[in-house]
Amino acid sequence: MSLLDLLDRADRTGTTASPAPRGRGRRPGDLTTGAGIGLGIGVLWLSLLVLLPVAAIVAGAFQDGFAGFWASITDDEALSTITFTVGAAALVTVVNAVMGTLIAWVLVRDRFPGQRVLEVVIDIPFALPTIVAGLVLITLYGPSGPFGVNLVGTRAGVVLALLFVTLPFVVRSVQPVLIDADREVEQAAASLGASGFTIFRRVILPTVTPAVVSGAALSFARALGEFGSVILISANLIGETQVSSSYILKMIESQEPVAAASVATLLLLVAVVVLVLLDVLQRRTARRD
Amino acid sequence: MTDTLARPAAPAPQPAPPARVRRARRRTGPVAWVLRVVALLYVLGLVALPVASVVQHTFADGLAPVLEVLTSEDFLAAARLTAQVAGIAVVLNTVFGVGMGILLVRYRFPGRRLLSAVIDLPVSISPVVVGVALILVYGTTGWFGPALQDAGVRVIFSVPGMVMATVLVSLPLVLREIVPTLEEAGIEQEQAAQSLGANAWQRFWRVTLPTIRWAVAYGVVLSLARSLGEFGAVRVVSGSVAGESQTLTLFVNDSYQEFGPDAQRAAFAAAFVLMAVAVVLIVVIAALRPREETS
Amino acid sequence: MTHDSGGASGIEVRGVTRRFGDFVALDDVDLDVRPGGLTALLGPSGGGKSTLLRIIAGLDYPDAGTVRIAGRDATFLPPQRRSVGFVFQHYAAFKHLTTARNVAFGLEIRRRPRDEVRARVAELLRLVHLEQFADRLPSQLSGGQRQRMALARALAVQPEVLLLDEPFGALDAQVRKELRDWLRRLHDEVHVTTLFVTHDQEEALEVADEIVVINQGRIEQVGSPGELYDRPANPFVMAFLGPTTVLGGELVRPHDVEVLTDARAGAHEARVTKLLRIGHEVRAETRAADGSTPWVQLNRVQVDELGLVEGGTVWLRALVPSPVAGVAAPAPVPA
Repeated sequence: MSLLDLLDRADRTGTTASPAPRGRGRRPGDLTTGAGIGLGIGVLWLSLLVLLPVAAIVAGAFQDGFAGFWASITDDEALSTITFTVGAAALVTVVNAVMGTLIAWVLVRDRFPGQRVLEVVIDIPFALPTIVAGLVLITLYGPSGPFGVNLVGTRAGVVLALLFVTLPFVVRSVQPVLIDADREVEQAAASLGASGFTIFRRVILPTVTPAVVSGAALSFARALGEFGSVILISANLIGETQVSSSYILKMIESQEPVAAASVATLLLLVAVVVLVLLDVLQRRTARRD
Repeated sequence: MTDTLARPAAPAPQPAPPARVRRARRRTGPVAWVLRVVALLYVLGLVALPVASVVQHTFADGLAPVLEVLTSEDFLAAARLTAQVAGIAVVLNTVFGVGMGILLVRYRFPGRRLLSAVIDLPVSISPVVVGVALILVYGTTGWFGPALQDAGVRVIFSVPGMVMATVLVSLPLVLREIVPTLEEAGIEQEQAAQSLGANAWQRFWRVTLPTIRWAVAYGVVLSLARSLGEFGAVRVVSGSVAGESQTLTLFVNDSYQEFGPDAQRAAFAAAFVLMAVAVVLIVVIAALRPREETS
Repeated sequence: MTHDSGGASGIEVRGVTRRFGDFVALDDVDLDVRPGGLTALLGPSGGGKSTLLRIIAGLDYPDAGTVRIAGRDATFLPPQRRSVGFVFQHYAAFKHLTTARNVAFGLEIRRRPRDEVRARVAELLRLVHLEQFADRLPSQLSGGQRQRMALARALAVQPEVLLLDEPFGALDAQVRKELRDWLRRLHDEVHVTTLFVTHDQEEALEVADEIVVINQGRIEQVGSPGELYDRPANPFVMAFLGPTTVLGGELVRPHDVEVLTDARAGAHEARVTKLLRIGHEVRAETRAADGSTPWVQLNRVQVDELGLVEGGTVWLRALVPSPVAGVAAPAPVPA
């Protein structure tokens, strides 16, 4: 496509930013009075709802200066909850990257009876309220569970809850990519003498990697901030199974806003980093297409 | 974090070829068998069995005790409050999502990308952090606390705070659904309507809204699922007083924490109700998906 | 037809300039579209023709200049107040409305009585031969049918002018040809001032009463199809409207070249390098003594009579003087 075609298209879709005309005419993409008012209301709403509260968290964390923030996050209890939460989230992310890709593969490339049911079951963790998810896991893996395995109050129990709520992320991110993947490329590789494993490593893996990474990043962020599904099974044992969200709640309820805000700021920072990473990744993938 | 919910997911499996052809073409090899069994066992152990066991556990003593819980005053109050909070939150998010979605797709203005990123932020952070953030601004000792108190408005430990928390955790769900639909539909139908004499209002009602109606419906169902089930953020800002500021998810938690057989039964009965609603919503979403694609 | 041909009205564009960043899409353009005519805006893609059409429609605005429609200043009027019918290349059908409701759209916006709307829609559907498809959704129509529906929809509100942006660009060759004839006949019935954009010179020559050739943001020439073909103002117009070749440094039409088997005054000697048969026609490619490679449009009978063979020597002479004689080297011929 030539530059001129691009400009012509830009002209049609109004994506070329250009200065407003001198008269009263509005080009596609220019804000009308109505749209301007709408945008103003929207931004005000977002400010009250998102920007101010986020600013309050950060301001709260640094209320006593950087020293206060540092003291808060290096406090024994805070440090152990942060280490545990990050570690558990990382573990869950790795398991998800592997199992999520595997499940997506089975859903797309395999055919067997009951596949539709599997599709629906995958979505349950998304739709199920987190507190119910916690209850669900306790029923089976708690003190009165049928298997005699009691994970309540154990780190394994927390990891299990996190695996439950983050199950769909990688599956749903990889699945469409596998569906769109060109089977002919694999067949071409096979015709060139590549073995099944080589095809997987050299053809399929590079195709799905961006989707795996983006799904994994989302599940990491989610696991890091998870609260509802964890509190029942973790029993909230300090220094053992207490996750960061529980710690923040405990601090705010015991009137220690700086401690709460400091750990919250840390979680916020990680979330922002993950979002930026995803944005970069998506841009790069979009360019490759 | 539920934003992946918003992705067009779970495409229906393509129609399978006749059985004989299929068998000849693809014999399930040992590797495929292993993958299939691993995937099934994982999902079965992690999701399917636990969910099934809750149903079994809820009805272990028959229907009567469950009904007793479901007609108890605390439960009904929690259900009413949940419906109220989720209802308001969904309406707010739908209006915001449709309006902001159109602005982001159809207009060019400075800060557009930043705005889009800010909308995604709340669902990417811990719901507890969302709740704490609201307290730091609107709580009695928060930035606006004194001013709100003077005005006699109570936000935190009251319905407005719970609505705000719920709105935040489901903020982009409607928007993220309609943005791709709007982009795909393009601007020409609206321009055609304009050259036929339609003003902005008429274009919105007669052209834009019908174009995105299934995406809006899908986003509304997603927001509803998220709003009904929100726990962490609401837990922080509600105070959770039974019969007063207790939503269904809080009811489940508080009942379970009481550790008596009656309380346990109440927790499971309420959890079952929430689960049933969730499953219904999943089915509605599955039904909406193909329509959205064809419209 | 209820269309009031007496009220037909022209378009007057004065000094219109439109820039996209550093790129000048329209550079001080003046244009008069005469009332009731069928005018083609012809040019290569990116030449500014669509931008001009959209400025007339109010879908874009000029950086400078004015647009008058039916004698009124419309430069900064919003599209809905211009009384302009616009037909898009990709139809812009309202996908959620039936054919009849699509056509009725503008009338419903104007809150016309229901009976009037029904009657008018029926009349228009008859005009565009879609009466059996009134209750179909656009997705159930073919491309050609959708474009006819879009035309009926634009005509329903009795616009002062009808603007069509590459109306047949998205259709396949056969349907395109049919719709061209049909548009010509429709215009003969309706007489609404019509301006359509195309990059296809054949389409412009066949359909329009008047052609406006536009390139690099400037109008190159305005005239009837015959005038433009026979008396192009410059090499660009000549090359854009039909095949050209260079003979002795002059731009000529390959069918206006005489092939001689002996040397005569004013004829250029050339060697036949290739005889390419395309059905009855033969394209004779040659290499002249000055190194240029003129080609000649012949037919089989002529080739046989002249006894042309590849490798043979011929003398070429222009039958008519080059219309752009004296103008320097021709612009590259667009595809």
